[in-house]
Amino acid sequence: MCSTCGCDGDGATIEHHPHHEHEHDHHHHPHGQEQHTHSHNTAPEAERVRRVAVEQDLLARNNMQAAANRRVFTQTGVLALNLVSSPGSGKTTLLVKTIERLAGCLPVAVIEGDQQTNLDAQRIRATGAPATQINTGKGCHLDAQMVGDALHAFPLAAGGLLLIENVGNLVCPASFDLGEAHKVVVLSVTEGEDKPLKYPDMFRAADLMLLNKCDLLPHLDFDIAQAEAYARKVHPAIRIIRVSATQGEGMDEWLAWLQQQARACKVVADTLGRAAAAQAPV
Amino acid sequence: MHELSLAESMVQLIEQTQQREGFRQVRVVHLDVGELACVEPRALEFAFASASMGTCAQGARLALRLVPGEGVCPGCGTQAAMLTLYECCPACQAHPLTAVAGTQMQVRDLDVVDD
Repeated sequence: MCSTCGCDGDGATIEHHPHHEHEHDHHHHPHGQEQHTHSHNTAPEAERVRRVAVEQDLLARNNMQAAANRRVFTQTGVLALNLVSSPGSGKTTLLVKTIERLAGCLPVAVIEGDQQTNLDAQRIRATGAPATQINTGKGCHLDAQMVGDALHAFPLAAGGLLLIENVGNLVCPASFDLGEAHKVVVLSVTEGEDKPLKYPDMFRAADLMLLNKCDLLPHLDFDIAQAEAYARKVHPAIRIIRVSATQGEGMDEWLAWLQQQARACKVVADTLGRAAAAQAPV
Repeated sequence: MHELSLAESMVQLIEQTQQREGFRQVRVVHLDVGELACVEPRALEFAFASASMGTCAQGARLALRLVPGEGVCPGCGTQAAMLTLYECCPACQAHPLTAVAGTQMQVRDLDVVDD
């Protein structure tokens, strides 16, 4: 029985017992009279309740839009990467240095996600690369619809690179597919080496981990081998590159990885294009 | 707090279902939430109460059924319970388990009332 209102229960059901598949009711307080719309066993008039099947995933809408984004990227041969990290890992500096080094080799465009301000987009535009800023307001992550809308706002160069800098957050962006080819997680050595264990969903979702700010290692207690071991514990196949965006260490390896992935995307797009041309009526 | 986005998706799904089925009000939302899914049930419940205000789902009860995590070993084929997404095969210890159940977040069905 509910200790607040004395009803027999029928309030919100939450289970925290692992491995129980049945539902059992205990409900939450406070629930004021105006919110207390559920039927009690002693309700004066019985309602006729019917059950309606829905059977739809909560992420279905996001996943559909992500698939639409992915089709655009595949057809145009654009390598789209979703960069995720905690705030302050050095993502924007890494992007700026990446764009500067890729100048003349690969066209780059950037979508910046932050709760507020367009400061990051301004930093990117200063390099000459097109950038658009998404402010999520209260939101803690980018979703596929925001990225889809942003794609209308600026042209993507076919065969180029689209870097999507997600909101600094190691939790929520893990669940939201944006249509990217890969998630790239940036972990800086000024953070704790146990972050992969603390936020395993994100490190599971990422194909590549960039260990940034490696130039600071001599000044820190950060155990880099341990950090890499933790990342491989949650995701054995994760690729890891040690970098310093400001000092240049590891950037060649990161750029080589980028160019290899971009070439693969272009090959797929060219093949699809030829197949479509062959099928088109003359 | 991505649970707010999930709650908003849930309200949209409910409103779409209402257009199809023509009911008046939702009393109970039956959800399947995997134990390996990135969702915190209490946060989802809180967000749903806010996202459903002014809709046919306002005041509806969330009935969550937690679906246990289950994985299969890609090496030896052993099936085993998973409490986290990164568990090693308990039999061969050589491969991480691939989750086959317990990652979903699904609205299963609704208990609704008509006029």
